[in-house]
Formats: sequence, C-alpha cells, structure tokens
Amino acid sequence: MEAREDLLVVDRLKTQFFTYGGLVEALDEVSFEIKKGEIFGLVGESGCGKSVTATSILRLVAKPGKIISGRVLLDGQDLLEKNDHEMNSIRGSRIAMIFQDPTSSLNPVFRIGRQVGEPYVYHQHRGKRQALMDATRILAKTGFPDADEKARNYPHELSGGLRQRAMIAMALTCEPELLIADEPTTNLDVTIGRQILDLVKDLQREFGASVLWITHDMAVVAQMCDRVGVMYAGSIVEKTDVRTLFRNAKHPYTVRLLRAIPSAAKSAETLEEIPGSVPQLIHPPSGCRFHPRCDSAMDVCSQVKPLEIEVEPGHVVACHLFRGKGKVT
Amino acid sequence: MRIPGAALFSSRYRLLQKRLHPITKEWGLTFYVLRHSKLAVIGGFIALAFIIIALFGSLFAPYDPISANIQDRFQPPSASHPLGTDTMGRDVMSRMLAGAQHSIKAGLIVLAIAVPLGVLLGGIAGLFGGWVDEVIMRITDMFLAFPSLVLAMAFSAALGPSLFNAMIALSIVWWPMYARLVRGQALAVRETSYVEAARSRGASNFHIMFKHILPNCLSPILVTLTLDMGWVITAAASLSFLGFGAQPPIPEWGRMVSDGRIYMLRAWWMSVFPGLGIMFVVLGFNLLGDGIRDSLDPKLRRLTEVTWKREKTSSSSTD
Repeated sequence: MEAREDLLVVDRLKTQFFTYGGLVEALDEVSFEIKKGEIFGLVGESGCGKSVTATSILRLVAKPGKIISGRVLLDGQDLLEKNDHEMNSIRGSRIAMIFQDPTSSLNPVFRIGRQVGEPYVYHQHRGKRQALMDATRILAKTGFPDADEKARNYPHELSGGLRQRAMIAMALTCEPELLIADEPTTNLDVTIGRQILDLVKDLQREFGASVLWITHDMAVVAQMCDRVGVMYAGSIVEKTDVRTLFRNAKHPYTVRLLRAIPSAAKSAETLEEIPGSVPQLIHPPSGCRFHPRCDSAMDVCSQVKPLEIEVEPGHVVACHLFRGKGKVT
Repeated sequence: MRIPGAALFSSRYRLLQKRLHPITKEWGLTFYVLRHSKLAVIGGFIALAFIIIALFGSLFAPYDPISANIQDRFQPPSASHPLGTDTMGRDVMSRMLAGAQHSIKAGLIVLAIAVPLGVLLGGIAGLFGGWVDEVIMRITDMFLAFPSLVLAMAFSAALGPSLFNAMIALSIVWWPMYARLVRGQALAVRETSYVEAARSRGASNFHIMFKHILPNCLSPILVTLTLDMGWVITAAASLSFLGFGAQPPIPEWGRMVSDGRIYMLRAWWMSVFPGLGIMFVVLGFNLLGDGIRDSLDPKLRRLTEVTWKREKTSSSSTD
C-alpha cells in the first residue's frame, strides 16, 4: 500500500462562488492525494463541497464560481495551469466522471450507442461507425443485456440501472487513469445500487484506474473505499484508511457522524444526531468551521483554523485537540 | 423459381425494418395527429396546391402573363377570362399562375438566409454568454426595435427596388427572431447536466453547439419556420405593393394588388383576386404550422397515442 505512487494530488485547493448573496467559500484549502489503483472516498453532508471538489479537479466549476488558489497535480502536472484545449483533451480521456443522475446526464435526443461512443470521436478520432461498434462492446462489458439492440435505444427507453451502466461505459471508453464517481448510486434503488458498486469495483480492478468516490453513505464507503477523506463545510477534517476510520476515528465530527449511522439494531429513539445544522458558507464560522456544533470546542477553536496533524502514519486529523500529538503536515 | 440470395436479402430487410421501427412508429403517430386536425389538413392542402402552382403554374397559364393586349383591357371575369383582365388587357389568372413562383421564391430565399444566420448567432450568444451574448443580443434588439416592415423598406430603398433586393432586405430584418428563439433554448440547454456531462468527457464548444444545442432547438425552429413562411410571403408582397419589390412587368401578387388599387371601383377584380390569393396562402401555411406544432407537442401526442393504438388494433382485427 505504502509503496504506490500518487496519481492525483490536490494541494490546498480553494474554490469560491461570487454570488449576489455574497462570497461563498465552497472549498477552503482542501488537500488530499489519490494513489494509483486506489479508491479514495470523499464523505460528508450535503453541501459540504464534495461535488465542487470534483468539478474543480476537472476545471468545470460553473460560472460565478472560480478556483482561487491551490494545485491539482495529475501525474505531477498541474491541471490548473493547462489551457482550455489541453484540458479538453484530458477530460474524458485521462479523467472521466460518472454523474449522480443518469437520467438528466444523458441527452434525450441521442441514441445510447452514439452518446457512449462520443469520447472515441473526441479523443481518438475514430469514425462514427467504428465508435458505435466500440461503444457497443463497452456497453456489453458493463453488463448490458443484448448491447447490440440497446445501443439503438434512446435514454428514456432504458431503466435507471441501465442508464447508469451506460454512464459508466461512457466514462470508461478511453480507459481513464482517474474516475470520479459523484454519488452514482444515490438515485437508484438499493439492489441496483449494489450491482453498480460491484460493477465499478470489478471494472476498476480490470482497468487499474484510480477512483475518487463521492458519497454521503458510510455503508458504501465501508464496502468500496481504500482510503477516506471526511469533509465538513468545505474542508477535509480527517483522512485515513477505511479500517481506521471505522475503528479509530479521531475528529469529533467523524465520531459523531459514525454514531449517527442508522442500523437495524438501533431503534429510532436511540439514533443520534449532530446538534445544529450545516453552516452557511457565505459567512462560515471562524477558526474551525465545526466549532459551533462541537462538544469538545475550546477557546482556540473559534479563533484559529486547525492545522492538519498526522496522528499516526497515514491518519491525518485537522483538530486542535490533537495539537502536539503528531507531525504537522 | 427461387432467386439466389433472396432469403438473405429479405432477412436483412426485416432486420432493417425492425431497427427503423422506433422511428417509423413515431412518424406514423405524427401523421395521425396531423390528419386528425382538420385545420392542419386544410392548411396542408392549400400549401401543397400553392407549391404545385408555383412549380407548374406558368405551364397552365392560358394567356401570356406579360405581353399587353390593349383591346381586351378591363374585361370583367367571364368564361374566356375567369378572373378578368387588367389595364394592359393581360389575363389576371394567367398572371397569378405565373406569379406564384415569385412569392414562394421570396419565402424560401428569405428563410434560407435568415434562419441559418439567426440560429448561428443565437446559438453562439446562448452558448458563450458573457460579453459575446451582450453584443449579439443588443444588435438583435436594435433590429427588433424597428417595425420590421419599415426597416425592410429602408433597406430595400437603399439597395434599390428589385425583388432580389427586397429578399435581402427581408432577410436582414428576419434573423433576429430566430436568434432570440435559439438563444433562449441554448441558455436552457447549456445548464442541463447532459451538457455538463459532455464537457466532462472533453466535448468542445463546437460539439456542444452542433450536437447538443441545435438538435434540441429543431422542433421550435421547424414550427416557427412553417408559420413564418406565410408571413414572409405577405411581407414580400407588401414590399412589392409599396413599390420596393418586384418591378413591372413581373407578375408578383403584391404588385398586382398595388397596380389594381387605382381602378378599384372600375375593375375590382384586378386587386381582389391576387389579394385573396395572398390571404389563402398565408392562412394555409399558418394552419399547417399550427398543426405541426400540435403534432410535436408531447402532451397531446401521448393523449392521441392511446386512440391511435386503439384504432390500429380494431382495424387489424376487422381485417
């Protein structure tokens, strides 16, 4: 595990949205790295900046938003310094993305096969006929029954599960080094979601790609990921491997988050919740953004943003409680 | 007798039929909806009749539409001259049959220039947004600020009166409407997640414009186009009526209305028949356009699909 090199390094990435309501500090110096062939999970509540992280990596942050500072290194090259043309040739061929909602992410007026074959046309300059044949092949690989026929269907003629398979096929066309999956199972029912998880894991092994898996579901994290970053209000509060996360979480937010997972054994009365609500990112809390909701908040928490501290090898926590208990990264 | 390869051919044909079925099925429904709107059928017939007259009308004209025949001037409608004759003794019906081509030519050429121009500019404005959008749309607003006919008059006066210049002038005033239509659609499509997904696959602006935005604009453009056909013909006739378009002796319908208006009390048929002709053509294209719009309306389609299917199954069971 340790010997694998980093494929993607996100270094103090800062993305802000200049809205009419004010400046939204969506990402506040987010740093993490994904090793080659690894599935890195990014968990957090809605609106904590998971998806913005994904779009920032691809440099597709929508209009009022802008990447302010930081670096995104893919194999040592900074993506933020590429021009638009170079970026277009990276999107879809070296980094591909699976979206949350396959229904709206497929153009309703094009047949599945043609749409799935698009990256071949963009990146490998294949002819339409060849692209369609290759698209059919990759559709079959993602478990399309009679891919030949289904490739001629329009998106609305397929079930949700098949549409998501088509999205995955599309993402894998050019065998990307990094696959970004933005909650791909959220809109599917549980059994289909399970199939999709297995599919991505199988294909990831086959292609040897790294995956950035964005989710809010801890159960999915436990099944899928090798390492996990926990996000809260635009910053990563804890990064560790998945076993340590579930056995030995350090950050107060992660601890509460894990206690809030519902399970069949717990009854509704004993289900814990984190007091308060996700902060507004227009006027985020000073210092540590979690301090207004934190049990163990100290005076310093409201004043100083905590540094990332490596409490044990590979386990990084951004919390003042652990000051002096490890190496500052 | 067995033809070698026939079995292979027929199996291929069946496969092709099966593959095309989703498309042909939708066409069948489209025609069904069109057929069941009486007004659309009437409009379609008028438009079709007009196109046939435009293509072959001059062949059927009983008299020469251009050369004068002074002894027959101001003849009222009769058996030999069904729609009467004009100041020069020319047969009004022959002139109308020969003149239809100028109207349809005007309509087609104006739309062939204005629609691609408007679609392209509107698409660019909507897709890129920002200052590009501002510049293009403010120019569009400038054009729309003038009444279109007045502006077209100004342009054709500046270019010199001829039918061709009138078409150019109309094209210049006609594109802004299409630019607006497509820009609105492009703005909506630009924000959809499938365009975001396409960008994440490395699609360039060019691809997004031609593969995502334009196909999604196609049906509103088609409807507006059919509705506009009638209006462009009226506008071309109006320009000719005012003396900016077709010059004598070209038998353009608007020009004929204009020529006859001084003799309105003495020879009403000179203006009234070409005027009625213009009215029917505009009406026909508008009714057809309305019908096409209805047949492309998804809600109405799904409602009609039920009766369509019921009718199909009942007719096949009685066969």
